[in-house]
Amino acid sequence: MSRPAHRRPEYHKINKDLFVLTYGALVAQLCKDYEKDEDVNKYLDKMGYGIGTRLVEDFLARSCVRRCHSYSEITDIIAQVAFKMYLGITPSVTCNNPSRTEFSLILDKNPLVEFVEELPAGRSSLCYCNLLCGIIRGALEMVHLAADVTFLQDTLKGDRVTEIGITFLKKLDEKKYRRKK
Amino acid sequence: MADEALFLLLHNEMVSGLYKSAEQGEVENGRCITKLENMGFRVGQGLIERFTKDTARFKDELDIMKFICKDFWTTVFKKQIDNLRTNHQGIYVLQDNKFRLLTQMSAGKQYLEHASKVNFR
Repeated sequence: MSRPAHRRPEYHKINKDLFVLTYGALVAQLCKDYEKDEDVNKYLDKMGYGIGTRLVEDFLARSCVRRCHSYSEITDIIAQVAFKMYLGITPSVTCNNPSRTEFSLILDKNPLVEFVEELPAGRSSLCYCNLLCGIIRGALEMVHLAADVTFLQDTLKGDRVTEIGITFLKKLDEKKYRRKK
Repeated sequence: MADEALFLLLHNEMVSGLYKSAEQGEVENGRCITKLENMGFRVGQGLIERFTKDTARFKDELDIMKFICKDFWTTVFKKQIDNLRTNHQGIYVLQDNKFRLLTQMSAGKQYLEHASKVNFR
């Protein structure tokens, strides 16, 4: 059966348990491979970066978002469109500084930690969901926006909510407009 | 429900990360496949615990295989196994003609040389 070329592709969902359990197995394997928490966090961030650089293409193709004119618009789109599309949750957005370059995504419910009761013993500085930080950082870099993305609060470390902080840095490519003589 | 694209990319990164670590160290190919298999084993255990919470006890091996081919595969991959063969002596062959995790790669010829690496367990 051949598919007509103009047919809209079906966007498949998968079982959430499969995704959450796979992520958990990955973190468990990394904890076995690396002794230091920083190494695990760094590896998760690197993996997330690789995923983010590719995921952003899928996102832009499917979401048809318009061009953004401010960092706060971008953060809103990440929270309300991207998170909703890929994880089924909508974090809330807060701005952390008056110059509007630092934002926080507050997740009341983090689907990735659904089956995690607590961090393993001796792993108190493990950022379990560091993959998310890498994904956001990679995705932003592919649209020429440099940003620092870290966890500010983590329910696995005793905080009430999970908070991801995004700090937009200088734009990667600054277009220099030449005056026509 | 989570999105398939995210899971596919996560799986790709996991496989490529394992193979990179194999190239750097003296770890043989077999050991990274074992790591991948161990991860899959953990995931499978967790999934089956959740899915069979309310199902009746399985009568025999064939019953178990039928559950895997129909219910389990449908819940995880949204389709049933296409073909189940057995020699009635403990060996079963499950055939999926359109394995969701590989359709993106198998669609064209671009990734043919890497096809053998993605040994999904």
